[in-house]
Amino acid sequence: MFEAVLCTVRRIGHRTIDSIWRMGVAARFFLLTLLHSGICLRRPHLVIREIFSAGVLSLIIIVVSGLFVGMVLGLQGYETLQTYGSEEALGILVALSLVRELGPVVAALLFASRAGSAITAEIGLMKATEQIAAMEMMAVDPISRVVAPRFWGAVISMPLLAALFSAMGVFGGYLVGVVLIGVDEGAFWSQMQAAVDFREDIMNGVIKSVVFGVAVTVVALFEGYDAPPTAEGVSRATTRTVVTSSLAILALDFVLTAFMFRGV
Amino acid sequence: MERTTLDLWVGLFVAGGILALLFLAMRVGNIGTFDTSKTYTVTAKFGNIGGLKVRAPVKSAGVVVGRVGDIRFDTRRYQAEVVLDIASAYRFPVDSSAAIMTSGLLGEQYIALEAGAEEAMLEQGGELKITQGAVVLENLIGQFLYNKADEPALPGK
Repeated sequence: MFEAVLCTVRRIGHRTIDSIWRMGVAARFFLLTLLHSGICLRRPHLVIREIFSAGVLSLIIIVVSGLFVGMVLGLQGYETLQTYGSEEALGILVALSLVRELGPVVAALLFASRAGSAITAEIGLMKATEQIAAMEMMAVDPISRVVAPRFWGAVISMPLLAALFSAMGVFGGYLVGVVLIGVDEGAFWSQMQAAVDFREDIMNGVIKSVVFGVAVTVVALFEGYDAPPTAEGVSRATTRTVVTSSLAILALDFVLTAFMFRGV
Repeated sequence: MERTTLDLWVGLFVAGGILALLFLAMRVGNIGTFDTSKTYTVTAKFGNIGGLKVRAPVKSAGVVVGRVGDIRFDTRRYQAEVVLDIASAYRFPVDSSAAIMTSGLLGEQYIALEAGAEEAMLEQGGELKITQGAVVLENLIGQFLYNKADEPALPGK
């Protein structure tokens, strides 16, 4: 009996130490990536290639989901606002919810599952097929040749994708609200412009998306670099990337929102 | 993929993202509507500001001429002190009056400036002496009931 309890406590302790240790390694990995980023300025084409695979290839899913999220917001918002007779406020509802929350958060979640998992799988497979070891043999630093360009490519892509998501969402809300339902167009835009503040709302959304981009990319790169070099290890690391980065996005979003929008 | 096509796609992507940001800033946000660069500040004291917020619009004849810069509480006179940032292009006489109004039934609150007749214009740091605070719904109802009670009962009832 006593032995069993001791064993459980020991296991909890082991897990805690293990996860803190992993966090420490990930933080050092992040610092190492930043220190080895000089190559991105010397050979910008490496970064451009990664912007293509992380950003351009995520365009379809981001643009289409942004449009649909905006259209659904338009429909649902109209249903509710109509009962108060203030359907002109639809523009405010759509724009504020997209710019402040849904744009950065949903775009980052999609980015984590579309681009983050791809980064992890790619680096994990490079490790499994000993390409990274081969680079080290040739005195090529894998952190600066493989990791740093992917980091900067993804971090540059993320705010652009979030902005595209929000813009498409506003356009979707406009399509449903103004074109389909027939809310007054002038009121839709002017109320939106009166309520959305550039510094308070749009810039805070951009800051959020940059923070999420860094979080997703660091998780994806670290999981890939840390994956056991087997087929199962890579598949597990990919799953862990999506789960960990999604949770990190939601937790960070709460913290950032608590700091940014406390209601003056 | 060939290098030039790749460059083209990335260029399109970056340009599209920046365009989306510009769209958000100009069309969705209020960066295009009011230039905050050149302003002068005046203060106004109100008995009650209701739900007025910082950055609420200051309008004259319905045109946005400035924004609320700061809201403080004056502990000497126990009144709200509101700082108005008004665009330098718009000058108002010193005897102008400020009132807190609501746009629409459920809309946001704003400050309405009514121009006076004096020759002298308001300068940086000036004060609007004539003010009218926000209308509080409870007071209005209370006043209405009070007036009703005063009325003599109608004949025949």
